[in-house]
Amino acid sequence: MMKLQKADYIKMYSFMLKIRRFEERAAQLYGMGKIGGFCHLYIGQEAVVVGILMTIDKNDSVVTTYRDHGHMIARGLDPKRIMAELTGREDGYSAGKGGSMHMFSKENNFYGGHGIVGAQVPIGTGIAFTHKYNGEKNICRTYIGDGAMNNGQVFEAFNLAALWKLPVLYIIENNKYGMGTSVDRAAAGLDLYKRGEAFGIPGEKVDGMNVFSVIEAADKAGKYVREGNGPYIIEVQTYRYRGHSMSDPAKYRTKEELDNYKQTDPIEIVKAEILKKKIATNDEIEKINKDTLEEIKNAAEFAINSPFPKDSELYTDVYL
Amino acid sequence: MSTEILMPALSPTMTEGNLSKWLIKKGDTVKAGDLIAEIETDKATMEVEAVDEGVVLDLLFKEGEANIPVNKAIAIIGDPNEKVEVKKEAPVEKVIEEKKIEKNIETKIETKQDDIIDTTSPKIEEDTNLSSEEITMRQALRDTMAEEMRKDNKVFVLGEEVAEYQGAYKVTQGLLQEFGKERVLDTPISEHGFTGLAVGAAFKGLRPILEFMTFNFSMQAIDHIINSAAKTLYMSGGQINCPIVFRGPNGAAAQVAAQHSQDFSSWYSQVPGLKVIAPSTPYNAKGLLRSAISDPNPVIFLENEILYGLKGPVNNDVNFSIPIGKANIEKEGKDLTIVTYSIMLQKSKEAALKLKEEYNLDAEIIDLQTLRPLDIEKILDSVKKTNRLITVEESWPFGSVGSEIANIVQRDAFDYLDSPVIKVNSADVPMPYSLSLEKLYLPQVDDIINAAKKVSYIK
Repeated sequence: MMKLQKADYIKMYSFMLKIRRFEERAAQLYGMGKIGGFCHLYIGQEAVVVGILMTIDKNDSVVTTYRDHGHMIARGLDPKRIMAELTGREDGYSAGKGGSMHMFSKENNFYGGHGIVGAQVPIGTGIAFTHKYNGEKNICRTYIGDGAMNNGQVFEAFNLAALWKLPVLYIIENNKYGMGTSVDRAAAGLDLYKRGEAFGIPGEKVDGMNVFSVIEAADKAGKYVREGNGPYIIEVQTYRYRGHSMSDPAKYRTKEELDNYKQTDPIEIVKAEILKKKIATNDEIEKINKDTLEEIKNAAEFAINSPFPKDSELYTDVYL
Repeated sequence: MSTEILMPALSPTMTEGNLSKWLIKKGDTVKAGDLIAEIETDKATMEVEAVDEGVVLDLLFKEGEANIPVNKAIAIIGDPNEKVEVKKEAPVEKVIEEKKIEKNIETKIETKQDDIIDTTSPKIEEDTNLSSEEITMRQALRDTMAEEMRKDNKVFVLGEEVAEYQGAYKVTQGLLQEFGKERVLDTPISEHGFTGLAVGAAFKGLRPILEFMTFNFSMQAIDHIINSAAKTLYMSGGQINCPIVFRGPNGAAAQVAAQHSQDFSSWYSQVPGLKVIAPSTPYNAKGLLRSAISDPNPVIFLENEILYGLKGPVNNDVNFSIPIGKANIEKEGKDLTIVTYSIMLQKSKEAALKLKEEYNLDAEIIDLQTLRPLDIEKILDSVKKTNRLITVEESWPFGSVGSEIANIVQRDAFDYLDSPVIKVNSADVPMPYSLSLEKLYLPQVDDIINAAKKVSYIK
């Protein structure tokens, strides 16, 4: 396993906390009518993206699903501009034209934010194709929800990636439910990481509530892919605390189940580790908490005060 | 500083909620993420979390109170040492009304026309650089791909049977030998997957030419063509473009029946973000394909299997191109206008000859070349001259390219029309197999002549 520095622990804690606070604030703005449409929160899944984040090169590419706010924060993108996209304002990453589900930052190699279940999988495979075509050493991390694992194009992409030995790391974020349908009611064969076996793609299952487990798996898998061995699948067992989207009361699961997962809260695990290893004191942690809350509050403030796009923007960006 | 906790809207349609249960009480300390209340909405009962930190100073509603408007303060949290004035009537925030933007699509079409560089489509009869040798449409397409691949190594070709088999219709013949298997890729029969892959590669900066063995199979991949390729520039606020060409034969071949004979010209022409081209000769196939490959946007390039063998002279200059968005006046005339594209150009020309011989009607023929953006100006200029218009195309009649042209012409040249516009399309049924029925299905020269007679009031 890669060696973590003291600063890495603080970084992980800060990013995970920032994602959580951001999503809570987004829920509040949604409640106030400042955010519209669909809004899918990442609360509970923070250890997945932050764990992967610890193992990457900044020139690597990434593509993900519509549950993308946390991914953008982990990518180091500005919470102000992410929130401004959620409120549909001109300072948003897509200038108010994409919204929660469709956000991109080309300069940061963040290729979305895709609204169609499964569509990002061939796209991510194509981005990996480009890395290889251009002779670059980079990889494309392609996130997949458990729901998409029953979508045909995923297997078409697996086949192509294995056939052409493309540098793509597939990360299945198994949060147990595709909208309201639990994995066991949707997938025949619950080991989703084994679904690449037919194509010769290795895979493994990881505890996604524990960021240290994620880092260990991502480090190993990332090296495998970067060395030109072709694709690799990590299935990360995680859990979303909230419903599928803001308007989902999540009645298809029990309160006990949710509470059970909250016992292994990914942020608390890192915090406990930091205190145990005496990397920071309680006061220092408190300061991070306060600063994070403040930063996200400011982001919300910014997002509410950013202007709506000009009417003339309706007709721009259709063609280059 | 105290903060009000407002009644949240927990669904897009919720305007008020019932406070079913408080999970906190006055004096409690709450942290961001703590559950504070259960709210009953129009759809379900949901839990609400705190986003701010502090001590609960007041709960403004009792458990069980109903019909509390969205955005009304329901509790106050803050620093207990600070004196706060509890407002009885918290201001209800006005939900910003969505500004009604005039979505005038017709204005939009005109705007796009202004954006097109003012170049006219080169005319073959005036081209001094014409080859003495005639080549087939198939060769013209192949040569253009090869020329562009030599210029830019980001251009590559993928599709079913494009490499070792040399192309199902031999359009990619020889490309594998010249450019190797890294740039000419045989794909498995999985359009959804390899189209998505090609779109991803285009997002990342490559310039794929994707061959559909026929456009009928593009329906397997239509999500990536529409939702991924056409919309991402817009959804990314102009950051991510998709320089890709989707090409292959479109429409009817010969007796391949319903699933292998569909014309997709109006389907794709309906989509903002796509450009749609339909060449009719080796000459314009060359010029248009070059423009398509160089274009930074996704281009649908609709070929025709029957035309692959059509021979004609071409311009062999490796920089020769025909601009996208420009129609060609194939034949000038004064009595009526025939607007057509792709294979129907040939039938329209035959019809025009007979119209002259038998009825002394001098038809002007416009070959659209590009379907989106449409060269409206050229159509209107012609109609203003001839005062009569028929459209001829292979697609089904409902919502066809001709339908849009008829709409534009009645709007912008109403006073110039001496007769209603008549559309000639295929029959409004799935393509039959039988040779006799197939002929009935497709527009024939006589159908064009009859339409021309009708707009000219000749019995």
